[in-house]
Formats: sequence, C-alpha cells, structure tokens
Amino acid sequence: MSRVSTSICILLVLGIAIGMAALNLGTDAGSAAHVSTYWISLVGKYLCFAILALALDLVWGFAGILSLGHAAFFALGGYAMGMYLMRQIGTRGVYGNAILPDFMVFLNYKELPWFWHGFDNPAFAILMAMLVPAVLALIFGFFAFRSRVTGVYLSIITQALTFALLLAFFRNDMGFGGNNGLTDFKDMFGYSLQSDATRSGLLVASAIFLVLCLLVARYVVTSRFGQVLIAVRDTESRTRFLGYRPESYKLFVFVLSAIMAGIGGALYVPQVGIINPGEFAPAGSIEAVIWVAVGGRGTLVGAILGAILVNAGKTYLTGAFPEIWLFALGALFILVTLLLPQGVLGLLQSMRGAKS
Amino acid sequence: MSAIGSLLYLDGVSKNFDGFKAINNLSLMLAPGEMRAVIGPNGAGKTTMMDIITGKTRPDEGQVIFGAKTDLTKMDEPAIAALGIGRKFQKPTVFEPLTVWDNLLLALAGDRRPRFTLWARETDEERAKIMNILDTIRLHNNIKARAGDLSHGQKQWLEIGMLLAQEPQLLLVDEPVAGMTDSETEQTAELLREINKTRSVVVVEHDMAFVRALGVKVTVLHEGSVLSEGSIDFVSQDQKVIEVYLGR
Repeated sequence: MSRVSTSICILLVLGIAIGMAALNLGTDAGSAAHVSTYWISLVGKYLCFAILALALDLVWGFAGILSLGHAAFFALGGYAMGMYLMRQIGTRGVYGNAILPDFMVFLNYKELPWFWHGFDNPAFAILMAMLVPAVLALIFGFFAFRSRVTGVYLSIITQALTFALLLAFFRNDMGFGGNNGLTDFKDMFGYSLQSDATRSGLLVASAIFLVLCLLVARYVVTSRFGQVLIAVRDTESRTRFLGYRPESYKLFVFVLSAIMAGIGGALYVPQVGIINPGEFAPAGSIEAVIWVAVGGRGTLVGAILGAILVNAGKTYLTGAFPEIWLFALGALFILVTLLLPQGVLGLLQSMRGAKS
Repeated sequence: MSAIGSLLYLDGVSKNFDGFKAINNLSLMLAPGEMRAVIGPNGAGKTTMMDIITGKTRPDEGQVIFGAKTDLTKMDEPAIAALGIGRKFQKPTVFEPLTVWDNLLLALAGDRRPRFTLWARETDEERAKIMNILDTIRLHNNIKARAGDLSHGQKQWLEIGMLLAQEPQLLLVDEPVAGMTDSETEQTAELLREINKTRSVVVVEHDMAFVRALGVKVTVLHEGSVLSEGSIDFVSQDQKVIEVYLGR
C-alpha cells in the first residue's frame, strides 16, 4: 500500500487509457498503431471491474467484511445508468413510444412507473447510481453491524442479499425489463454510444473515476479512521473497550464502498450496452473476491491489478479454450491462497525488497 | 453498604450461564484511589465480574454503580469506556499491524466518532502525552515497531500504556504478569503502584508473590461470590480460603 505503488498505478491507469483513446481516435483504422474500438471497450470494462474490486478491498481488506454480494451495488448503479439510457432512446425504439421503453409497451404498461420518473435527467441518474447503493448499504449495514454479525455469517447474508435482488429483478412486474434487462441503448449525454469518440471518452472517464476512488480509499485507510478500521478488523472487541463503536466505522466504510461499486456499475453499462439481472448472480460477487485475493487483499492497488489480470485472463481463455475457464479460475484461487497469500502485489513487493 | 463515597459498587450481582452460576450474589466496594487485588481459583467468576463491569455481559440481577451514581448495567462497552473504565486483558491484546506509537495514539482520550478520526491530525498535545506514557512503560526505543513484533512482556506494557492513554478513573487489569519473567513481574508491580498514585486499580491475579508485592487489600472469590476480604496476611490465614484455594 506504499505511496510508490499507488503513484505507479495512477500513472499507468491514466496513461494507458489516454494513450489508447488517442491511438483509437488519432490514427487510421489500417495503420499499425491503431487501437480498435473493441479494445477500447474491453479495457474500459476492466477498469469498471477494477473499481468494484477496489470497493471490495476497502471493506474486506481493511474492515474484515468479506462481502459475497458486492456485485449487487455494482448492478444497482448499472441499472440507474441503464434507466437513463433507456429514456434517451425515445421514439427510436421498436415501438416508437416517446415515453415508454420498448419492454413496457410490450408488457402493456399504460404509463411510466413512478420510480422511472426523473431518469431522463442525467444528473439525477448519476446521483441515483450512487444514492441507491448507498441507501441499501446503509440499511443492510445498520442492522447487520448493530447485531454484531461478523465473519462467515455476514458473508452468507450478503450472498442472500444479492440473490434476493437477482430473483426480484428477474420478475417482469418489477418494472426493470425482467429477464432481458435494459438494452438497445442509443446515446448518452447526446453522444452516440456507437461512435469511437464516445467509447474512448468512456474509457478515459472510467480511468479518471478509478483514480478518484483509489485516492479517496487511500485517504480513508491512511487516516486515523483507517487505523481504527484495521484495529476493528483484527480485534473488534478490544476497540469497544477502548471506547470506539466498531459498527459506526464499518457502516461508514461499507456505504462508501457501495457508492464506489455503484459508480463502477454506472460506467460499465454504457460500455457493454446491456444490464440484466445476471449481474446480481452470486457467482459475480465471488469472482470479485477472487480478483482481490489474486491482486493482494488489503493493498488497494493490488485489487485493481487483480481485477485487470484475472479479467484479461478470462477474455483470453474464454476465447481460446472456452471449456477450461471455470477450472482455471478455481485453480487460480486455490493456488493464490496457498502460494501467494499477499497476492501478486505482495510478490512484486517482496521481489523488489529482495533486490534492494 | 451503600454506593455513597465509592468509585465502584457491586451489590447482589448474579449471572447465570445455562444454569451455571458464574456470579452468585456478589457484592464488592472499591473506594476512590484504591488498588484491589482479586484472587480465586479457576471458575471463581473473576473474568465474568470484569465482563459485567465493562458492559460485555449483563447481570441477571444486582446493582453495578460507578462513581456513586452511574448505573453500568444499562450501558454498552464503548459507553462504559468513555465513562472512564479501562480494561486490560489476560492475553495481551494490542493492535498488532499498527506501530507502538499508533496503538497509543488510538488509545488517547478524545473524540471516538468516525467524523472526527476521518479528518484528525496528530497534535503537539497528543505527541507530548504519548511521550509521557512512553516514559512510564519504557518503550521509547520501539515507537516505530509493529506492536505484533514486540516481546510478550513489552506487549503487556504497551497495553498498560494504552490504558493510561485512555485516562481512565478505574483500571481493570486481568493477570498482568502471566508468562512474565521475574524481573518483568517486579517491574510490573512497580508500574501498577505508580499508576495507582493517580487512578484506582483492580488487579486479578493468580501469582501470590505478585499480589504480596503489591501490598494491597485482597478479595478472594469462590464460586461467584466473595469468600474473604482483607490484607494478604489476613486472607491467607483464613480457614475457608486455605480450604478452597491456597491449600491446594
């Protein structure tokens, strides 16, 4: 968690994102230096996953809250953005309805459900992408932490939370497009989502938000608050006898983490072009735990590294050897746990330490 | 007995764990500024008594009153800690990944709320207080060391230092010399006497030599209630005490 690795990480994330965007927009499609839009969106997606991993590391690595449902906050942020993008389609939908999205016309909705109002305003949608995960985390965390639920029991409840949301969002009458979710987006803030410039812009925006989240998280964990958080993680009862209330510390960091995950989801949806209930699947949250473990729990930068490495591996393996991906993921988690308890970042740091 | 004029007052306290009476009609009174040693065989209820005073366990019945007016049975651990009761555990419990300095910094009396600690900057006053405590606990050369890397005895002192940093009126100290060398035990007795000049202390201990070295009033617990109370010489000649504890 050193200052050096944080600085390197920030420079790399911004440099690569801006460099790729420049090479995509500034060179001809035929030239050797050209970066295709496929890569732009792929890396943009990785950066969104990195935001989720960072959010998870903040609660798991520093507060000992092993959330197995963090993708729920990511997906809620994604749905908020997806609702805005749906409203932007307007009359260009299959049914040409200016107010109702296609799936509502198909399901015989007569008017827009109350919770869809306001989502035609981008500022409102962005606010909701943070506020909805925050409120859910606040309510969930308030009861869980106040009741002193910890360890594996807490993990199981977070898993149940995301599973409940998965089932709820699958229902057509929830008003979020059921099974199919939200898709067929046309444009965002008036720019076409199909254009290279918008795609590059989203990549750079993802990089900037990832860096901002990293800086906020780093401030929090290096402050006196962060020291208390580490104390709570390792010896919760001792902090109580010292006069601290662990539940307040956990609640704050859990809500902050949910907001970050929501931001990640909101940036993810326009880049992949769809949000559906599958994003709430418990497996997704568990994958995020693996990213953090691979990169190095409790290091922040490691979480980002892990998310990018594992997802790059996933892209390669699902293309080259689709049938082995899940085995590779399982093996990776076992090997990292056994051989690299500090993750890849821990390995890099110990190699650097050995050299000097 | 009445709570008037006492610092800590327990009257008729009982606690049942699934039919096992850990504490049975226990009464105890501690005067302001007093140091008291509590001894008793395993299962006598010493740790449960500490748990009740610090809010970890709620008694089934009885009164627990601090400073002659505050009812502790209605409060939780952080509230009781804020009131001025510090607790040292049997096994040294320090924040291992943090440095000695940061352990003391977190323990210093002050605002405990997240909204404060999130923006808190170390002040000169805090630095001076920590330096003062380091004088008492003799860990000057280890301020940058991870607390987890200290020796067992050093961890015990660090924890005592953290208690002092809390500026409590009353310190509860559970077996402070368990696992210490003879010279560390002597230094710890000296340290507790030093602390007792400004604060009240309750020490739970097995080590009779150590209790004798403290030279304070002794309360002997047995099966959750007080068996005998008085000077170490008085209780060690009490026939009941010899039967249940010292004789073995």
